[in-house]
Amino acid sequence: MKQDIFQAIADPTRRAILTLIAIQALTPNAMAEKFDMSRQAVSKHIKVLQECELIKPEQSGREIYYHFNPKKMQEIDTWLAQFRKIWEARFNQLDNVLSTIKKQKK
Amino acid sequence: MSMTLFFDFIVDKTENTINIKREFAADRPTVWDCYTKSEILDQWWMPMPWKSKTKSMDFREGGQWHYAAVGPNGEEHWSITSYVKIEPQKMFLANDAFGDVDGNINQQMPQSKWTMNFSDMEQNTLVHGIMQFTDLAQLEQTIAMGFKEGLIMAMENLDAMLAKR
Repeated sequence: MKQDIFQAIADPTRRAILTLIAIQALTPNAMAEKFDMSRQAVSKHIKVLQECELIKPEQSGREIYYHFNPKKMQEIDTWLAQFRKIWEARFNQLDNVLSTIKKQKK
Repeated sequence: MSMTLFFDFIVDKTENTINIKREFAADRPTVWDCYTKSEILDQWWMPMPWKSKTKSMDFREGGQWHYAAVGPNGEEHWSITSYVKIEPQKMFLANDAFGDVDGNINQQMPQSKWTMNFSDMEQNTLVHGIMQFTDLAQLEQTIAMGFKEGLIMAMENLDAMLAKR
């Protein structure tokens, strides 16, 4: 589940698709055209992105437009913030160790 | 301690690196010891409520630090840091990997190259750590695992966080 998102965005083409969709909802045909890819290749990427809810389909007439789901991207940011926090906590502990060492030296 | 110490954290997804810079209020030899002596590393390396427990430490080129992150319920996650290059009180280069209690490296888990640079910042010391991953997927996986530990760290917020999902 969680891991899938990271695998989904680890692919450069899928990251490019996401960037494009974030600006404007697109049909699979439009994506294939923009990236000069086969419909089949685009469908594969769409499947991965849709499975981890990074994009959402919306029917409009005969066409399906894919929309960007910003909520999922925020989740990734949350993970990053947590990772940063671990390092902050680690460094705060080192500050304490250093101040203890300093006191011992005095 | 109320003074502000420099802290910078940058994830570069085009280079597959995580850059972490931090200033410490101590001289370079002292900070160097904190990063290279296991008895001091065990005091700070794992964020609470996790603890670092050293099985063996051989800080020299070709040597290893074999240690576990011990969780609040006694769960152990073993790591192996292999030292590649050392310039005393200036820098060291190491390979960081997950492993088991016997010191076998787990090839399924992400590995990274760490470069730690130590420099003077007036009377303080700046440590610039660069974690280099082989590919973006490994970087992302590391961050995702960091999230798991982060959750444990923030026990009191666990319910609220789970409710948000």
